[in-house]
Amino acid sequence: MMDSSEAIYNGLKDAGIDFIVSVPCVNLSKILDMLNEDDEITHIPVTREEEGIGICAGAYLGGKKTAILMQNSGLGNSINALKSLTELYNFPLLMIMSHRGTDGENIVGQVPMGQSTPRLLEAMNFKFFKPDTPEAAYEDIKLSWNLSEEEGLPVSILLEIKYW
Amino acid sequence: MTRRDAILEIMNQIDDELIICNIGFPSRELYDLEDRDKNFYMIGSMGLASSIGFGLALAKPDKDIVVIDGDGSLLMNMGSLVTIFANNPKNLTWIVIDNGAYGSTGNQDTYAKVIDLVDIAKSVGFKNSYNFNEIDLKEIINSDDVSFIVYETDAGNSSAPIIDLDPVTIKKRFMKSIE
Repeated sequence: MMDSSEAIYNGLKDAGIDFIVSVPCVNLSKILDMLNEDDEITHIPVTREEEGIGICAGAYLGGKKTAILMQNSGLGNSINALKSLTELYNFPLLMIMSHRGTDGENIVGQVPMGQSTPRLLEAMNFKFFKPDTPEAAYEDIKLSWNLSEEEGLPVSILLEIKYW
Repeated sequence: MTRRDAILEIMNQIDDELIICNIGFPSRELYDLEDRDKNFYMIGSMGLASSIGFGLALAKPDKDIVVIDGDGSLLMNMGSLVTIFANNPKNLTWIVIDNGAYGSTGNQDTYAKVIDLVDIAKSVGFKNSYNFNEIDLKEIINSDDVSFIVYETDAGNSSAPIIDLDPVTIKKRFMKSIE
């Protein structure tokens, strides 16, 4: 069985992603370490997720294939940019989200946003996947960049607590 | 000085640099003054001009990128000062037109009136942080560090029309111009 973090990393690599911005989550920490070791991927930590959405748009203008890694709380911090920049200009973007506030969460503050996250994505008309296993996550991520480019919309991968 | 005249002054020194221009009247005035394929006009997402310019600067290290930002927009994305400084994209020149007002929404005051943006950028660490009237823009664009330039103007808007290009066209022709 694939390691849960390696599956994400391998999916990003095989999707051709070469530019990533991030705001950390403890569940993403192993992937972030792998990105920092990878000379083929530009990895830029950002101060706030919305800023990262802008940076990804600029990098795409310059020919990069872009992704953001963040907690689902970052979706809330990014909604206007995702609509009035990413969607408005048909920028593709892969969003890898640690979906906190799901089954097994031990921090009560994560629960309200966690419960609303899938419904927010539905309301925004953005496709998302909720892989249960590393194998499924790898396949979903590998295909999501092309899907995002075809649609001209962000595509999200929600990684619930039980995924890890 | 008006913002429109400031944009004209900037454009007089622009050759083949790529420009990311802030939402609202700044983009409308640039479009009216000198439309070109190498201009990316923001139609939404206030605050993100510097972020877009930074991402582009990283992706295209051999191109010179000029961001035309505004004081209200900078205040909405102050973290960008830190991210950009820490990464030092030396091909990025970030110009903030500071009119102390949210111009496009009716010239309400911004807090930029009570602070000094040049000093703030210096305190973050920017070596090249200047007022526009102290510098030769071309020298700054060609310098080996990221640059932060404040261009003080009066508040107010010209009669520049709404941009009649759709956003996807703005993006596509901009990307084609880079190839």
